[in-house]
Amino acid sequence: MGFFSPLFQPPGAKAKRNRFIELVTTKNDPGHAALTRRKALALMSTTAAAAFVPAFDLDAAPLQYTLKPQRLTDGIWMIPGAQEAISQGNGGAIANVIIFDTSAGAVIVDTGPSRRYGEALAKLARDLTGKNIARVYLTHFHPDHVFGNQAFGADQIAAPKGVIDGLKVMGEGFADAMYRTAGDWMRGTELVLPGKAIETGVEDFGNRRIRSLTMRGHTSSDLVLFDELSGVLIGGDLAFLDRAPTTPNADIERWRISLANLGGIPHRLLVPGHGPAEDGTRAIQQTRDWLVAINEIISKAFERGLSMNEAMAEPLPKWTEKIALARYEYERSVTHLFPKLEADGLPRVDVETP
Amino acid sequence: MQRPPHFLIKHISRLSLFALVTMMACAPSPSQAEMPKDPLDSTMWEDLSKRFFGTAPIVFDDKVRVVVPSLVENQAQVPVTADARALRDVKKLIVFADLNPITHVLTLSPRKAKPYISFRMKVEQATPVRAAALTGDGVWHVGGVFLDAAGGGCSAPAMARKMADWSETVGQTQAKLWRELDGSARVRLKVRHPMDTGLATDNTPAYFIETLKVRGSEGKALADIEMFEPVSEDPTLTLMLRLPASTINVELEARDNNGGLFQSSVPAPWRQSQAQ
Repeated sequence: MGFFSPLFQPPGAKAKRNRFIELVTTKNDPGHAALTRRKALALMSTTAAAAFVPAFDLDAAPLQYTLKPQRLTDGIWMIPGAQEAISQGNGGAIANVIIFDTSAGAVIVDTGPSRRYGEALAKLARDLTGKNIARVYLTHFHPDHVFGNQAFGADQIAAPKGVIDGLKVMGEGFADAMYRTAGDWMRGTELVLPGKAIETGVEDFGNRRIRSLTMRGHTSSDLVLFDELSGVLIGGDLAFLDRAPTTPNADIERWRISLANLGGIPHRLLVPGHGPAEDGTRAIQQTRDWLVAINEIISKAFERGLSMNEAMAEPLPKWTEKIALARYEYERSVTHLFPKLEADGLPRVDVETP
Repeated sequence: MQRPPHFLIKHISRLSLFALVTMMACAPSPSQAEMPKDPLDSTMWEDLSKRFFGTAPIVFDDKVRVVVPSLVENQAQVPVTADARALRDVKKLIVFADLNPITHVLTLSPRKAKPYISFRMKVEQATPVRAAALTGDGVWHVGGVFLDAAGGGCSAPAMARKMADWSETVGQTQAKLWRELDGSARVRLKVRHPMDTGLATDNTPAYFIETLKVRGSEGKALADIEMFEPVSEDPTLTLMLRLPASTINVELEARDNNGGLFQSSVPAPWRQSQAQ
């Protein structure tokens, strides 16, 4: 989601990320025994800053997320993400996050974009339910859904193996990209891998049983959750509503199959990864329509011999005008889908070299 | 840095005072070739303009367009189009990125081609990306945009370096040609090559395609492209050729800095493309 260069981990970016840490004070960062690389750097540079720039106000305007939970039904809240790209304005809080109250404790779906978000989320979940956290699920490995993990114990965090594997490969690159795009909101954020690998199955939380279904298409591993008690279906980023779907790790064909499967699950309320929760299947239909539309536009542009820049300028259907970030995500999708079309669709023309 | 001798400083300041007085006395002075102000306000502009254009006259000209995406998704593969089709008699079209460690990206000599090239490049940081078209009257027409990007495109190893069999696919060429409604031909081509910059963290030396020749019937030169390290791995180009209807094949010949020679032949069909 919103992040840049998902598959690509520039080594140079790490040095840039550390620049943020040069402004870090450890004052707001007590009680964490583990001295990580970034914290060590922070300590070093704070010492240096204190020596040479004593007048510099390190505590100026700390960034705070204001989480506004919407009650979906009894004991279920959604913290809606901004229908925007990740930016320094929204701190990366663009994805929906869900809190369940169960008799076994609070159950959380996705942890948001940063450590600071995760900490605010953990507090909110405790306040809303009056209980401790029983379980955290991750729907997929994209950074706007997973970088609040630090606020929870690794063993509490459950995700399909494919999500954990994806984070192992791409997590550091995602962190670099998030530091660059969201900036200071990311302060102190580290990748925490889920400690519990799950498959399609069911987990009991006393009064609630939550079914997990592993699918793929938006990424190589997408988790769908269904609460039997309320009939709430959580589609993760397989479903978008009134916000253009993102495709950096997508398999469009597989995604369409997963959407058909998702639409076949009877539910009272569908929660997309981005956009409002509704009854019915508008999010599923709209996501499918978007994928069909952009796939066709991009394929046709390729077949006509257009370059990537020309393909990016192609018109989008009228109905997409009311979809947030339509042009932005379409341009990104050209970048994601064109290389494969070129690899498969341009004929080999080489002559045997003498 | 050594300080210049004192007498020289004095000399210079006297000279500049003289220059100032002269300018005040007879400004504007049309005979004086003055450096136009860089619309992108780049710190590198003065040095780079000397390097690329020497003392030749320069104009910043909207007729030279550089097209980049509104956001960079992958800094090793940034799609860029340099388009000087609005100008006549373009002899050369060069592309460079001010803040890249290797600034010069490519030069197109559009012999029987339109002054247009679409390709992908690596960027090491946010940078101005410029195209400059040399017209027959000896004037450089410069256009450009500022490209915002994360870092690392030039210092990351090629993806091919992760594959054991990269050397077996090097030079493999894919291409297709479309006849356009205006009688020109559009060719898209992709040559497999790691295009190592020599700056990568894996210490691979520079290894890249230096020249690409595009030839028509009887070896007639259609276009020549000089490429440098910032052109992305597996160079993927779009060119627009003025191709006689009788041409059956367009021949491509790429040569890398290790002497590798890669030849290919693109059939030119009679099919009309729908592209505008």
